Amino acid sequence: MSADMTNESVKTIEKGEVLISVLELAKHYKSKAGEIHALDGITTDIRKGEVLVIIGPSGSGKSTFLRSLNLLERPTGGMITFEGKDIMSSESDINLLRQKMGMVFQHFNLFPHLTIIDNMTLAPRKLLKMSKADAEAKAMELLERVGLEDRAKAYPSQLSGGQKQRIAIVRALCMQPDVLLFDEPTSALDPEMVGEVLDVMKALAKTGMTMVVVTHEMGFAKEVGSRVIFMDEGRIVEEGTPEEIFTNPTNERLKTFLAKVL
Amino acid sequence: MHYYDLASRVCLDFSSWWQQMKDEFYLNFIKDDRYMYLLKGLWMTLQITFFAVLIGVALGVVAAIIRSTHDKTVKDMRPGFGRFLLKLLNLIVKLYLTVIRGTPVVVQLMITYYIIFASSTNQMLVAVLAFGINSGAYVAEIIRSGIMSIDNGQFEAGRSLGFNYIQTMTFIIIPQAIKNVLPALANEFIVLIKETSISGYVGIQDLTRGGDVIRSRTFSAFMPLFAVAIIYLVIVIFFSKMVSILERRLRNSER
Repeated sequence: MSADMTNESVKTIEKGEVLISVLELAKHYKSKAGEIHALDGITTDIRKGEVLVIIGPSGSGKSTFLRSLNLLERPTGGMITFEGKDIMSSESDINLLRQKMGMVFQHFNLFPHLTIIDNMTLAPRKLLKMSKADAEAKAMELLERVGLEDRAKAYPSQLSGGQKQRIAIVRALCMQPDVLLFDEPTSALDPEMVGEVLDVMKALAKTGMTMVVVTHEMGFAKEVGSRVIFMDEGRIVEEGTPEEIFTNPTNERLKTFLAKVL
Repeated sequence: MHYYDLASRVCLDFSSWWQQMKDEFYLNFIKDDRYMYLLKGLWMTLQITFFAVLIGVALGVVAAIIRSTHDKTVKDMRPGFGRFLLKLLNLIVKLYLTVIRGTPVVVQLMITYYIIFASSTNQMLVAVLAFGINSGAYVAEIIRSGIMSIDNGQFEAGRSLGFNYIQTMTFIIIPQAIKNVLPALANEFIVLIKETSISGYVGIQDLTRGGDVIRSRTFSAFMPLFAVAIIYLVIVIFFSKMVSILERRLRNSER
């Protein structure tokens, strides 16, 4: 925990410095089953350039945690600091902060009424006030990186699942975010398409992009993750490098979980 | 009676019937340029419908956004002025929808003309407002159902890119919602064209009233009223055709 992140004077964050600081994050709400603790005191730092992989059984709160980072879910307690700003404070503009936090969803969520190129350029043009030509040039460059430049004029319904997810990743990249949040990016894909999406994510990790990935792909976690968090019942149960988590798990719950998924 | 007699009788009947029709046609439409009642009435009907549609869509979209925003977000909002304002707006919209959909449009038209704008001499403006406000209530419910039919993931994707609520609605949700409800909207507009036929109640010379004026001059109902009916029918068929072309175009753009 570095408390100096709240210091407003920090402008550019160097590789290895804390980008997102999460302190005692909680989400409690009442339901028919009683008081639910979806998140129950999560504390961690996400450093620039790291690939943080979050694993855990379903219902463990890992998606809720990820979605709290850009306030798609509203936590009920704790604090999140992004680039030195308390994102939950009423003084910070969450829309502005979200421009710097890209998100990739399980179900892609491409805009079906827009072509691929328009999907990608909508936000840069409207929010960053980029010219059409600039935004499209940038988008084409990204499309080439994922090998889909020939689909620029297609509509999302004309693409396969793997292609859609690659587009969703580059759409987020068009806003030049400082961190990308992945919410189970391969869970809705046919098995033969998982590889192409993971390859794009691996290449992205190599460029030094900060990534937070909720996934069931243990292979990806082992190979690409720089740190792995195991969550259960709304808490971080175990945290460490992929080797620590996968080769000598000590925690009982983690052992049971890994025995089921590996 | 011989066959030839019957045939000649039929011929004679037909030619006298035909002559009678021609006379009727001349009397109802040509004499004193009476067709102008229909032409001017048609123009008035089209103008009222056009401007009422504009008002209806504008009101409907705003009302639909308020209603669906309220239903989707008010639970998660922090108490404060924003939440209070949203609740208040939602209440006003609900009242508007209930009153407009719960009373006959002809009564609304008369209230608008004789009470609210009693001092106004611009009858067309009154009719446009009355029909626009009426149509807005129906359009609101159509568009709201369209908004609610859009997957929440679309909304989250928009917000995650940094769009605020209104921008997400404008660029992402509303275009998809309108496309989904286009057939229902088209139907509403067709209903509206025909609803304007009650404009005569407040002394507006629309198409229906035009036909009625001819009837009252010539004391023959058949020709003018059927002419009016045929003109409405042609307009409605024309617009239905246009809408189905538009729908096909929109669908094709995604394939």
